[in-house]
Amino acid sequence: MAEKVKSPHMGRREFTKIVTAFLGTVMGAIVGIPIIGYVIDPALQSQESDDWISLGPLENYPIGIPTPFTFTQTKVNGWERTTLSYGTYVLRYSETENDLKVLSSRCTHLSCRVTWKEETESYDCPCHDAKFDIEGEVLYGPPPHPLDEYAHKVEEGVLFINPTPLEA
Amino acid sequence: MAEKIFTWLDERLALETIYGAVLDRKVPKVNWWFTLGSASLFLFVMQGITGIFLTMYYVPDPQKAYDSIEYIMNGLAFGWLIRGIHHWGASLMVLVVFLHMLRTFFYGAYKYPREMTWITGVLLLLLTLGMGFTGYLLPWNQRAYWATTVGTAIAGSVPFVGDFILQVMRGGTDLSALTLTRFFSAHIWMLPAALAGLIGVHMYLIIRLGISHVPKEDE
Repeated sequence: MAEKVKSPHMGRREFTKIVTAFLGTVMGAIVGIPIIGYVIDPALQSQESDDWISLGPLENYPIGIPTPFTFTQTKVNGWERTTLSYGTYVLRYSETENDLKVLSSRCTHLSCRVTWKEETESYDCPCHDAKFDIEGEVLYGPPPHPLDEYAHKVEEGVLFINPTPLEA
Repeated sequence: MAEKIFTWLDERLALETIYGAVLDRKVPKVNWWFTLGSASLFLFVMQGITGIFLTMYYVPDPQKAYDSIEYIMNGLAFGWLIRGIHHWGASLMVLVVFLHMLRTFFYGAYKYPREMTWITGVLLLLLTLGMGFTGYLLPWNQRAYWATTVGTAIAGSVPFVGDFILQVMRGGTDLSALTLTRFFSAHIWMLPAALAGLIGVHMYLIIRLGISHVPKEDE
């Protein structure tokens, strides 16, 4: 170009550039935002369950001795149904209906199953030799926090738990 | 600062030269029909992106294919949109590529020196149809199953080697899990790789030879 004439108005090239950038951004957002939603959606869907699970009559559980109870639950993940089995220990402190604790038998280290050992008065994990006391507190080994606890209620002498563990 | 970074990169990558050759190249005065090639490229990229994201949830197995698509459509945020774009984009791409070919044909743009551009373009059209054919089976519903049964049977009607072609396409005599996995493999790896490579050649030729002008009355 021989000489550049300064115009107070926007040039055609500049206008085209701005419009192209704007439309490109809009189109990118129209496709990009749904794609982000599509990718992260399974992580956002609630995994919690509201169904209370019956652990049978309260009188089945002796006072002062952790007693195991296992149940299974079917979960739907996308197009797949998985039946998972859960293990719990029920510990009653007294005759009072709600004076009890339901612990998950899932070791908080790497999810192995812990077993109550009468001799040592502890829940022992077979994988890495972890030990928890009767309340689920860590006695020994690598677990980062105590055993998970389940919310519970007693209705007409029957014990129920909510299968989603309470936050430790 | 930004300018310094750009100058540093440009010195090594010749970005300005690439930009000039690809986007600022001289073109004759043309009309809207000449945008169909760019539209085809855009649709190819769009199908690629939506397809990549569909493989995140799709399972190429007779037991799971239908259920996984059901999940994409109804159980997932925006799954209907991603699959919808891929589904309608596929038909649109065949249409746009075909119109692009018609434009080239009626304007005589396939003549010297652009014969190679035309030949790669024909291959690209066939590959696009191949993408449509292989993709059609993947939902594994009644329509997909029978369309592929018929489609492969047509290929099987070739004299002498027909039966062999049919069995290679189906991975056996019947439409089965093997058909689904080989169609899936062709649909997401082999055909797209061939398409991408040929698009590269096609575009190199367009940049090297330029595009032809609209024929005048006396030509």
